[in-house]
Amino acid sequence: MPRRDDIESILIIGAGPIVIGQACEFDYSGTQACKVLREDGYRVILANSNPATIMTDPDFADATYIEPLDRQVLARIIETEKPDALLPTLGGQTALNLAMELVEDGVLERNGVELIGASADAIETAENREKFKEAMTGIGMEVPRSNVAHTMDQARVVIEEIGLPVVIRPAYILGGRGTGIASTMEEFEHVAANGLAASPISEILIEESIAGWKEFELEVMRDHADNQVIICSIENLDPMGTHTGDSITVAPIQTLSDKEYQEMRDDAFACLRRVGVETGGSNVQFAVEPATGRRVIIEMNPRVSRSSALASKATGFPIAKIAAKLAVGYSLDEIPNDITEKTPASFEPTIDYVVTKIPRWAFEKFPGTSGKLGTSMQSVGEVMAIGRTFPESVQKACRSLEQGHTGLDAGGRWDGLSDDELLAATAVSTADRLFQVAAALARGLTIDQIHDASKIDPWFLDQLSIVTEERAALAEVALQGRGLADLSRAEWRRAKQLGFSDAQVADVFGASEADARAARIANGVIPTYKTVDTCAAEFEASTPYHYSTYEDENEVSESDRDKIIILGSGPNRIGQGIEFDYCCVHASFALRDAGFETIMVNCNPETVSTDYDTSDRLYFEPLTYEDVMNIVEAERPVGIIVSLGGQTPLKLADALPPELVLGTSPASIDAAEDRDQWASVCARLDIPQPAGGTASSPEEAEAVAERIGFPALVRPSYVLGGRAMEIVYDTDGLIAAMRAMAVDGSLGREGGLSAERPVLVDRFLEDATEVDVDALRDATGAAIIGGVMEHVEEAGVHSGDSACVLPPPNLSAEVIRVIEGYTRQIAEELEVVGLINVQYAVKDGQVFVIEANPRASRTVPFVAKATGRPLAKLASRVMAGATLADLATEGLLPTADGEIPGWAPEGIWAVKEAVLPFNRFPESDALLGPEMRSTGEVMGIDVTPGLAFVKSQLAAGQKLEPGGTVFLSLADRDKPAGMEVAGLLAELGFSFVATAGTAAALRDAGLDVAREVTKIVDGENTDAVTALTLIESGEVSLVINTPRGRGARADGAYIRTAAAQTGVALITTVAAARAVARGLSDWQDSPLEVRSLQSVHATYTPASGI
Amino acid sequence: MSAAGTPRAAALVLADGSTFEGEAIGATPDGGIATGEVVFNTALSGYQEVLTDPSYAGQIITFTYPHIGNYGTTADDDESRAAFARGVIVRDLARRHSNWRAESDLDSFLRAKGLAGIAAIDTRRLTRILRDAGAMGGAFGPIEGDGATDLAALTAAAAAEPGTDGVDLVSQVTTPEAYRVGLEPGTGKHVVAFDLGVKRAILDQLGRFATVDVVPASTPAAEVLAMNPDGVFLSNGPGDPEMLGGTIDAIRDLVGQVPMFGICLGHQALALALGGTTEKLPFGHHGSNHPVRDETTGKVEITAQNHNFAVVADSVAHVADVTHINLNDGVCQGMALRDEKVFSVQHHPEASPGPHDSAYLFDRFNALMEGDTENGAA
Ligand SMILES: Nc1ncnc2c1ncn2[C@@H]1O[C@H](COP(=O)(O)OP(=O)(O)O)[C@@H](O)[C@H]1O
Ligand SMILES: Nc1ncnc2c1ncn2[C@@H]1O[C@H](COP(=O)(O)OP(=O)(O)O)[C@@H](O)[C@H]1O
Ligand SMILES: [Mg+2]
Ligand SMILES: [Mg+2]
Repeated sequence: MPRRDDIESILIIGAGPIVIGQACEFDYSGTQACKVLREDGYRVILANSNPATIMTDPDFADATYIEPLDRQVLARIIETEKPDALLPTLGGQTALNLAMELVEDGVLERNGVELIGASADAIETAENREKFKEAMTGIGMEVPRSNVAHTMDQARVVIEEIGLPVVIRPAYILGGRGTGIASTMEEFEHVAANGLAASPISEILIEESIAGWKEFELEVMRDHADNQVIICSIENLDPMGTHTGDSITVAPIQTLSDKEYQEMRDDAFACLRRVGVETGGSNVQFAVEPATGRRVIIEMNPRVSRSSALASKATGFPIAKIAAKLAVGYSLDEIPNDITEKTPASFEPTIDYVVTKIPRWAFEKFPGTSGKLGTSMQSVGEVMAIGRTFPESVQKACRSLEQGHTGLDAGGRWDGLSDDELLAATAVSTADRLFQVAAALARGLTIDQIHDASKIDPWFLDQLSIVTEERAALAEVALQGRGLADLSRAEWRRAKQLGFSDAQVADVFGASEADARAARIANGVIPTYKTVDTCAAEFEASTPYHYSTYEDENEVSESDRDKIIILGSGPNRIGQGIEFDYCCVHASFALRDAGFETIMVNCNPETVSTDYDTSDRLYFEPLTYEDVMNIVEAERPVGIIVSLGGQTPLKLADALPPELVLGTSPASIDAAEDRDQWASVCARLDIPQPAGGTASSPEEAEAVAERIGFPALVRPSYVLGGRAMEIVYDTDGLIAAMRAMAVDGSLGREGGLSAERPVLVDRFLEDATEVDVDALRDATGAAIIGGVMEHVEEAGVHSGDSACVLPPPNLSAEVIRVIEGYTRQIAEELEVVGLINVQYAVKDGQVFVIEANPRASRTVPFVAKATGRPLAKLASRVMAGATLADLATEGLLPTADGEIPGWAPEGIWAVKEAVLPFNRFPESDALLGPEMRSTGEVMGIDVTPGLAFVKSQLAAGQKLEPGGTVFLSLADRDKPAGMEVAGLLAELGFSFVATAGTAAALRDAGLDVAREVTKIVDGENTDAVTALTLIESGEVSLVINTPRGRGARADGAYIRTAAAQTGVALITTVAAARAVARGLSDWQDSPLEVRSLQSVHATYTPASGI
Repeated sequence: MSAAGTPRAAALVLADGSTFEGEAIGATPDGGIATGEVVFNTALSGYQEVLTDPSYAGQIITFTYPHIGNYGTTADDDESRAAFARGVIVRDLARRHSNWRAESDLDSFLRAKGLAGIAAIDTRRLTRILRDAGAMGGAFGPIEGDGATDLAALTAAAAAEPGTDGVDLVSQVTTPEAYRVGLEPGTGKHVVAFDLGVKRAILDQLGRFATVDVVPASTPAAEVLAMNPDGVFLSNGPGDPEMLGGTIDAIRDLVGQVPMFGICLGHQALALALGGTTEKLPFGHHGSNHPVRDETTGKVEITAQNHNFAVVADSVAHVADVTHINLNDGVCQGMALRDEKVFSVQHHPEASPGPHDSAYLFDRFNALMEGDTENGAA
């Protein structure tokens, strides 16, 4: 069946903010869908609250709504746009759940919107675990024995019949949130209770545990004609019990015979038929009992998923794109496979390489977490690597992680453990397990011993053992007194074919990476690049998607065009995520348009940058010096862009050929990062900095503190996201912080404590307003301010974790002028060519500079969307030699009657709010501070700061309500201003609960207080419970708590957590409170209006001058 | 291969002179050199079924998937009484296998079946050569030490390799004696199956609904009719259909007398019997992922394929309709006679290895023998 012509416009719902379990893989899928549907002539309407996404660029949809993903808001969008169809299968669980709500609310029916891609029934059958199991047993498939409970009492009955151990899984949840394995009754009580709480319909499935079985996943596509194909088969190295999202996974399946695989394939097809997925991509998960081959089906997702993104990158088959086409009527045999161009999409990709995915976690940011992996996903990002063999691919994946591994090497980390202790360690799934296994193999523990402990399949263990044996063999060579230079071509080749990096070999010989590289090249051992072609070379492929390996033949074709290499940002992590991929992708688009051949290098399978048609060429490679230099030598580019991918490529800048590094010079980048150089820059420009100094020992730190006084802020140099940054209030705190940094291994790798990389000690500015500025300067010295953002939370809360408003609602024009002036001076002084981000703290009208980053910042996409200026595109062009004037005449830089207008939109306010993963780490203290912890962000855009703020809060999942009871607890300095706000809220009909001091203030202000609670002293305090229980009881609909000094910041955090857990809206500054109050009043007399970005930036005429 | 083990150096040389260095695996070839027509197979799993498929007689099989041997081998996965292939080429032979079904590792299996192999080859480079030049002669063997030979000898042997055109390979693989499998006589249909190199999985499929008398390729029509079967089956097999001589005459006489179903070489033989012609494809179809559309239903099936020759559609147009086409290159993949209960397909509905999507064709044959033209192909 061909394209449906009875549909003209299609609404696509995005996945919203990046959260654990739902990351930028959905930007990848959404972007693909938008692209292909528009190519096909459909009007695409996109709703997504996440400004950092590429899909929310105005160019990707006809109408782009950066609005809260909430049933009412979506209803408004649907009423406004009247789309013919809703495609819910590309926005993850969020989109699927919203679609279900819209069906229930009758919104789709009322507006004549057809649900395409998946029917409500199909979604229900797949997502409701009880229904799913019935359906599967109904068609003769085996599932783990289980039963459902809606209350603890029911749960206790069920456990009687099933018996321990069990897995408990809530219905309708993401990434296994609230799931867990219980082996004892205590655990059972605990896990079951959490599960019931986590499920929106308080339903849990109690299931026989089959932890330790082999886990597999099949990616399936189905069309209307019931044609079905398997795109990719995946085997988990970590057996059942570790969430797939937290598992090391390998494509294709390695340890199933064809007979078993084909039966599994039949089952997957039967599953999709039964569930009723009419079209699109789904993934089906199976478990197989190693000893018997008994196969059970675990679950299926009737939508594009994280594994779909992985499968697409692993095979070159664009699942999301094809899924979108299938949804609008095409059948698989009507769609060409655009890698081979000659063959149709109705085939099964076959590959001639091995793909390994390794997740990356952020436990170090969440003290108190156990670091144990289980049935609930905890990773924040992942890397993928391609090699001809598993050893090569797993080693490439290890070094892609950017966690100091040169490959699969355990270092000496577990030397202290006895064999039994080490084996015991491998029995527990953690971020370290792979390396513990390597350590165990290295010390000669047998594969059977390690298998018994870890349940990891012997085939994988043997392959890992081949790596550790090779390392031992090299060490033996070294022992014989032969050096790097003596390694033969054959020895080099064997090591490289097993994925050894130069650094790893160097490590064995106690030599430098440079020496290893030189010795290798001297032996003529250089990488060959192979192509990802979906067909194992059976046909000619036209898509240049490459990976390195060490074979006979190199396939990369020469090209004489001017090439620019863009280095991506590697695995997502807190502090460096999708925003940087956004910048890299924009650079690729802009430079391509400007006539360059663009070459992307990245190792993150979730991203748009690793989509094979984003750039002219894609190298799916680790972002290490070795791997990047190999590509540079193979491609001979005219330039390399290192400043758009965050810290990852920046770290490489110094080592790359300086003449090739585009934009701001590595020297300037250092000048901004290096404390002393930076201090002298500020001195020269005489821009005030918070008093401070550097220290490489606790003693030195004390000396600095003597001079600048407390509170002080302590942090390592060269880190992102305020890693390990701490506010200390006295000498003890200071010493403790210094010690922590000296020992922290992960920090050692990220910079840590050393003479070259000293710790920075600053006077901590209390109660200061923080301001973020993004600016752009070209080689001629012309500069524009991209945007000035006023933070809602006070300085001290990491810029990445605080809400910010553009344009600043409370800063005086004077202060803004000063900030802009400083920013231009700094850009000039550092001879920035491209982007620079400067952060300021404004205290009592005085402006201090906190730091400058002469590179793309986290806020670039937000600013671009708030101001309608494609900052990243402009930056990439500027770095490649264009001037702002050129870009203005070209039209890429919008002008108003010939002039480049100011940055501040008139009559439009944009608010960015951070989204934090605390609900995933209940054990961890939810304190906000200078160390960044948010995983994602949302944007609210409207005609008043209030409304914009309200939207940002709704988008972040805060349930703001137009009325009810406010819990009020204000710092003394905030009381006067706070009373205005209270008055406003009283007018809006809110009643008050307050802490003593605030209650008194309220009464003085003539407002009545419904109830008074005592201010919390610390979390343990029983009074604390009063305030918390009050919040948890749901009596309170809004919490306003402004921090004051140390203790209060902690209180705020406790209250904040309580609010977060119960989903009660919480405000931490009077400014925000005022904004919300105004917003609420605006909201009371006008329902929230939705506006497409296109209309917003069409209507406002940028104010000039500012 | 193992980082620790000390592999035997070996080399592979193609008729065009391309040389590959590798490591010897499996049995030691007679005279130190294994020769044959080098082909590739892109299936990710099913190496044992492929190695024991008689259709590969005369050929050296290159597996494009780098890890081969991961799940070991088991007698259950043998597709015939022997390995008729001439050799096997892999990137990496699993040092340790892991699967509950396994009885032995692949290396021992190769030795037991007398199959020589070569590992540590850039199989992708090799595949790209074969893709562009077409299947070609090749030779490999150990290049030093015992049983040693040198590159010159390999080059000569590769050049001398006749390939499979104009070679009668069927007589090497067909059963010397007739034998019976499947249902107890009288409990189902009665099928006579010409063994041109039949796979066990095919007989298992027929055996679901019939007593199957497997007869040598040379069996004359009269003998077959004398057994008065409900249907005749023409099996898969190796090499050039033009070499089938007697079998083709038999088929010609049988058309119209009895329902008939042919697979792969059987399909080609049928075409020749009908006065049609076959052509050698630039490079064959060798994998488990080929999309084929059943033109009678419009449905796409993913199929297992292994052939270098194909039926020229126009050459049979006077009697038959094309029922299946390969969506990758439009090659005729199946046909049905307009006026007779006779049909055939080029791909392998018995899978093994490969997807089960086409298994319905056996039921179609069963239905045809019932005279039920509804589900019948005709
Ligand atoms: N019965 C079980 N016994 C042991 N582990 C299980 C069981 N069911 C699921 N798991 C583990 O929990 C993980 C998450 O379960 P899954 O059903 O895939 O939920 P999600 O929707 O979060 O992906 C799986 O990847 C698997 O490792
Ligand atoms: N002197 C200071 N006074 C108050 N807050 C500060 C000071 N220096 C830094 N901060 C806070 O710490 C956060 C992180 O510091 P920053 O230098 O921006 O590190 P990063 O490089 O991780 O962004 C800032 O966003 C700000 O909120
Ligand atoms: Mg899952
Ligand atoms: Mg900062």
